Amino acid sequence: MQSNAQLEYDYSVVKLFTFTTILFGIIGMLIGVILAFQLAFPELSNLFGEYGTFSRLRPIHTNGVAFGFTLSGIFATWYYVGQRTLKMSLSESPFLMKVAKLHFWLYFITILLAVVTLILGITTSKEYAELEWPLDLLIVVWWVLWGVAMFGMIGMRRERAIYVSIWYYMSSFLAVAMLFIFNNMEVPTFFWSGDAPSSIMHSISMYSGTNDALVQWWYGHNAVAFVFTTPIIAMIYYFLPKESGQPVFSYKLSVLAFWGLMFVYLWAGGHHLVYSTVPDWMQTMGSVMSVVLILPSWGSAINMLLTMKGEWQQLQTSPLIKFMILASTFYMLSTIEGPIQAIKSVNAIAHFTDWIPGHVHDGTLGWVGFMIMAALYHMAPRIFKRELYSKKLMDTQFWLQTTGIVLYFTSMWIAGITQGMMWRAYDEYGSLLYSFIDTVEVLHPYYTLRGIGGLFYLIGFFMFAYNMYKTATSGRVLDKEPAYASPMAS
Amino acid sequence: MFHWLEQRPFFFAVMLFLTVAFAGFIEIIPDFAKASQPTVGTKPHTVLELAGRQVYIKDSCNACHSQLIRPFKSETDRYGMYSLSGEYAYDRPFLWGSKRTGPDLHRVGNYRTTDWHENHMMDPASVVPGSIMPKYPHMFTNIADLATAYANANTQKEVFGVPYDTPGMPKLGSWKEAKAQALEDAKKVAAEMKNQNVKDMVAAGKVPEIVALIAYLNSLK
Repeated sequence: MQSNAQLEYDYSVVKLFTFTTILFGIIGMLIGVILAFQLAFPELSNLFGEYGTFSRLRPIHTNGVAFGFTLSGIFATWYYVGQRTLKMSLSESPFLMKVAKLHFWLYFITILLAVVTLILGITTSKEYAELEWPLDLLIVVWWVLWGVAMFGMIGMRRERAIYVSIWYYMSSFLAVAMLFIFNNMEVPTFFWSGDAPSSIMHSISMYSGTNDALVQWWYGHNAVAFVFTTPIIAMIYYFLPKESGQPVFSYKLSVLAFWGLMFVYLWAGGHHLVYSTVPDWMQTMGSVMSVVLILPSWGSAINMLLTMKGEWQQLQTSPLIKFMILASTFYMLSTIEGPIQAIKSVNAIAHFTDWIPGHVHDGTLGWVGFMIMAALYHMAPRIFKRELYSKKLMDTQFWLQTTGIVLYFTSMWIAGITQGMMWRAYDEYGSLLYSFIDTVEVLHPYYTLRGIGGLFYLIGFFMFAYNMYKTATSGRVLDKEPAYASPMAS
Repeated sequence: MFHWLEQRPFFFAVMLFLTVAFAGFIEIIPDFAKASQPTVGTKPHTVLELAGRQVYIKDSCNACHSQLIRPFKSETDRYGMYSLSGEYAYDRPFLWGSKRTGPDLHRVGNYRTTDWHENHMMDPASVVPGSIMPKYPHMFTNIADLATAYANANTQKEVFGVPYDTPGMPKLGSWKEAKAQALEDAKKVAAEMKNQNVKDMVAAGKVPEIVALIAYLNSLK
């Protein structure tokens, strides 16, 4: 094929993953809001017997948003960005097309099974690795399928050099594969049960105690890195220049930030274990490397902000640019906040408190959520060949969700630092000043505010879902693909 | 070099993997053997306690409770002696938690009783006014999975060499023996409880989840 001939990209898999991004986003975030209000109003925890308690629902929320919403968004954008930057179409290879479809369906079934097993209390208890061994095996299958699709597509490319976004998607694939396998090494107990009628679903970890904790947080922290960070950077490197029509500010900065991030990120897992029983040098290494991590993180973020140099007026005209720029800004906020929390003396106060979920959420709501929604908005006119349904709705959504995020993290900052200080307060006679329950009761207003913030974000997400639905079904039909800025009806 | 790599995805991927994996090799390998040595006096859990530990995991108690006392005066005053690595040698998986919505439980067996737990699990606010913990009445009727707890212990023994059935350590034996022993242990816990239903179930040879959970919580010292 001539390099200047028009390629017809195939978006059928992109559409499937776009659908699950929205579906799992609604489920995961809805449960998140319920959880938030359960902490403020505990009687809400007992509405559905054992299936509705905070403790049963919490893993469904974390798995739902991380592996339902976010992974769907990652896969949707991969099959879109991959085809376009590699200059190949999935329709050119019936084999890769089948792989991609199988990837989707196995993934979809896994997430549904995850919801069912978690609600029944079938869990390993290891955070973000709660799913039991049969589901883990299923995950390995579709992760490998994704790899086959990825490297197959790369093998078919017409563009000699691979673009920055592809580097980041590749890093997610490789790193998560390694982390997932090592952290989920587990022994199904069924095979050593003698004649006891034991459960086939149960397994125990290959590692015990401190070692298990070490592997878990090496995984836990870096699952965040390679699910919530690198693929989202992949998205912004593609979608921000595309939507704004601006070239990426600096190639050198891209290279520096990428390889820096790859080298440093894994070390930082130790900051989850400060003052625990893992060896001291690892805790220190975790703290130090977390601070070093500011450099490559801010490198990417600044590269993106400077991409807008001379074109800042687009912030006024395009809500899509607003979403992406604020996402990048929240990325900077949360990558300076994390290192601060990793410093030993700060960690002594912050660890175990609400400041930690506060930190997680300014990253996930502000950075991950905004970037995925912006990416889907940008893709919609190209995959559905229709104009975006409503700019006004998008604007309202933007401000509502931004308010929600600010309410969320400010309330959790106050809650976390308040509680951390109260736990360590002594009276003049050298006894602890507060009983534990004192430090819980004081949090009520902040828990309520956080719930409201979360609700704002959820309502905004429904607006997003509605806008996407209307775009796909009744947006004005476009006769030609938009080059840069996505067309939107007012 | 980077330009060269970016045109050769295979070598790019290899370089990428080495860069990412490097930290893991350095961090995880050296101290692995040392960190898993049990402290003197640390014993593996009995089958009943393991069944309770499985209830703890099933209901994600670890979502809100830590089992890790940090070496600060404010923590040792509140929860007792700070945690030692060897005390976790038989914990598969570890249950340190990452959030203290409720207090630490690593040594809860030192300062709470069976009676306290019974009231607390049924209605937390009846014991701790202002508590935001959910109620867990279903634990009083659900049956604990002793068979899986036995498989759990036996896997630890057979696969990981955990010293069950050695002098001074808990006895495991066959499933039949282990079940009888767990029932014996359950009767001792139930004797200190007042819920008639629970007592009747244990007398009839069934162990409700609450009994196993309390046995586990009492063992945390």
